[in-house]
Amino acid sequence: MFGRRNPQLNANDELIHLLSIEGLPQATLQHILDTAGTFLSVNERDVKKVPLLRGKSVFNLFFENSTRTRTTFEIAAKRLSADVINLDIARSSTAKGESLLDTIANLSAMHADMFVVRHSESGAPYLIAQHCAPHVHVVNAGDGRHSHPTQGLLDMYTIRHYKHDFTQLTVAIVGDIVHSRVARSDIHALTTLGVPEIRAVGPKTLVPGDLREMGVRVCHDMAEGVRDADVIIMLRLQNERMSGAMLPSAGEYFKTFGLDAAKLALAKPDAIVMHPGPINRGVEIDSAVVDGQQSVILPQVTFGIAVRMAVMSIIAGNSP
Amino acid sequence: MSAAERLDAEALYAELLAGVRRLLKPGGALVGITSGGAWLAERLQRDLGLAGAPGVLSIALHRDDFSERGLAGGAANTKLPFEIDGRHIVLVDDVLYTGRTIRAAVNELYDFGRPASVALAVLVDRGGRELPIAAACAPATIELPADKRIRLARDDGGKFRFEIR
Repeated sequence: MFGRRNPQLNANDELIHLLSIEGLPQATLQHILDTAGTFLSVNERDVKKVPLLRGKSVFNLFFENSTRTRTTFEIAAKRLSADVINLDIARSSTAKGESLLDTIANLSAMHADMFVVRHSESGAPYLIAQHCAPHVHVVNAGDGRHSHPTQGLLDMYTIRHYKHDFTQLTVAIVGDIVHSRVARSDIHALTTLGVPEIRAVGPKTLVPGDLREMGVRVCHDMAEGVRDADVIIMLRLQNERMSGAMLPSAGEYFKTFGLDAAKLALAKPDAIVMHPGPINRGVEIDSAVVDGQQSVILPQVTFGIAVRMAVMSIIAGNSP
Repeated sequence: MSAAERLDAEALYAELLAGVRRLLKPGGALVGITSGGAWLAERLQRDLGLAGAPGVLSIALHRDDFSERGLAGGAANTKLPFEIDGRHIVLVDDVLYTGRTIRAAVNELYDFGRPASVALAVLVDRGGRELPIAAACAPATIELPADKRIRLARDDGGKFRFEIR
């Protein structure tokens, strides 16, 4: 829909926007992960701030509420010395009937250098990237069911941190795959980084068979899904799936697909357990597993800041 | 062959070693700037019989040409295996030119604490300063056209030589 060129890359194949992991070369993903490693150490200094984005204005445009994701972007931008402006658009201009592109034109007139966009419509960040001024960079912070690239990248950083090599791994993604932009981003990233076995695990209503087209192994049986896995990524079960009659009940779901110690024991002994948050203890994952030895859920949060710093500084340093 | 091409990095290193021995105060520490300066600091640490490892500074996060060059290349991590606060630091690099690298390195150093003093030791000073920065020890001073680059190289045996392009 944007011609043959990937709209995220400039003529030298350098990253100028981060809209989706799909279509990014492996070298670009590795470069982001390497750079994130550098920024991780910034968080351990006396002065937790570097001047790379000094004088730049980063606008957080959240058309859909997500305090946590917005906060991680805000911290990342501030540690790069950018000025951060948070716009809770869900409650302002669009409610008054302003169109998306008019909102963007207005904010561009305020000399924005970067937009971090969360939107319930898939593709909204692409539209903004196409219509904003050439020097403005766009980061997708989650669009509809489509993509959540920084979450995908921080998941990859976490896996690389603990497992080092992607090419020998079995990764199980468990839960509501079909509605999850995190799952889609993870699957694209894992595929690009050479993970040989990616499993999509869950009930038929949430993990339909046509996911096989993405190159994953579909498992409707939890034991089959997590057996000998190196990495288990649990997804949050949204309450509306329950009321939407896609599932029988929370108790039933936990019994079948919730990750507890017994099911985790089927995975490799050194398997890691990940979750993008927020966690529903006792719904998709047992409390003891969340707090257990194999859980890396809190390190994911720490790595997330470094990954977002890496993404912002890389795209801000590349010209259109 | 120009004077620059006749530079004997190993002979200059011997002079640098003597200079740094003089500069280093009790309890002081060596910090090298990646990559050439870090190699020098590593060897100086050994030849001066200092315990532990020297500090290594990456200036990637404090470059002043970020808006033109972006995050070029992979940024190596700064590693300072000692407290900076109150310590006398000898900062080591291979070539001193505009002074911009040293400005960035001092900023980087200050992100980790407040040293008692910072002195600069380099193998070669090629002039062309754009900032008020001077080396306390620089065994050679050369002139080189602005379009030439000079940098330190290290062979497999750990011996130094200069590359001029």
